[in-house]
Amino acid sequence: MSDEAKDEVVKVIQTPVQLEYIYSAGKSASRFLRAMKEGKLIGQRCPVDGRVYFPSRGSCPMHGVPIEGEPVELEDKGTLVTFSIVRIPAEAVPLPVPFVTVQVLLDGADTILMHLLGNCNVEDVHMGMRVKAAWKPKEEWEESVANILYFEPLDEPDADYDSYKEHI
Amino acid sequence: MNPNEESLSAPHILDYTYRRSLGAVLSKFFTGLRDRQLLGIKRKDGSVLFPPKEYDPDTAESLDEMVPVDDTGVVKTWAWVPKPRRQQPLDKPFAYALIQLDGADTPLLHAVDAGREDAMKTGMRVKVRWADETIGSIKDIACFEPVSGGRHE
Repeated sequence: MSDEAKDEVVKVIQTPVQLEYIYSAGKSASRFLRAMKEGKLIGQRCPVDGRVYFPSRGSCPMHGVPIEGEPVELEDKGTLVTFSIVRIPAEAVPLPVPFVTVQVLLDGADTILMHLLGNCNVEDVHMGMRVKAAWKPKEEWEESVANILYFEPLDEPDADYDSYKEHI
Repeated sequence: MNPNEESLSAPHILDYTYRRSLGAVLSKFFTGLRDRQLLGIKRKDGSVLFPPKEYDPDTAESLDEMVPVDDTGVVKTWAWVPKPRRQQPLDKPFAYALIQLDGADTPLLHAVDAGREDAMKTGMRVKVRWADETIGSIKDIACFEPVSGGRHE
């Protein structure tokens, strides 16, 4: 410590709290994550009303029933439902500010996925725009949603509001 | 079980990197620790709180008269820790103790490096062992260690 620091009054102390967990994904999410490693997007269909949950989650929270049977494979494109423009850098986000967080409704899914938007000016982001996943190079794929770097705009007409309004 | 059905698991660490702003009274307390000085605070009835509080716990009166207390004191009660965890103050067995320093009327919770459990005794005398480098943290007091003799209660 410098002599100068010794003369200063202590006004602040560091009081970090660190919680260390081992997270267990469970059967359904593990299957989803293993499929991610293969570049596949796996959802599951509720046996009561046929809604497709993505990521797969093993049970339906609406009806309280287990979801068994074959998983549903989804395409890596969908509709941007809502978004938020973020102007503060975040350690876990590999994009420069301002970046855009998005809720994406994948084609064939009935639940939304939270992710990032890339390759798009923040002025151009809008609800209903069609987007597609931008993947990491295949050799870097892991059991992780982060295999998708971000979603990026697709050159398609916007989706009808009615097709995603229940997810807003 | 098919290995493809086994659950994946991964470490998950939640870090809350808090900084705490001290305010007038605790700022003096922690500056004192950095300078290896122990500062309590005096109540209207003349009794001394150590560690200091900003307000009288009985009357809620605002307090501001800091007074030095000694680096020796007495163990009021204690509990032995046979297997310390990683973030506890010592990496060998020790006692957590309530220690009332000479000149203070309230006890401080801290660690006593007594070596063995049978060296611990309620009423025993202890003395501050300062950290090698003091920075303005409760860890500036590395721990307390037993001393023989000295003043009695």
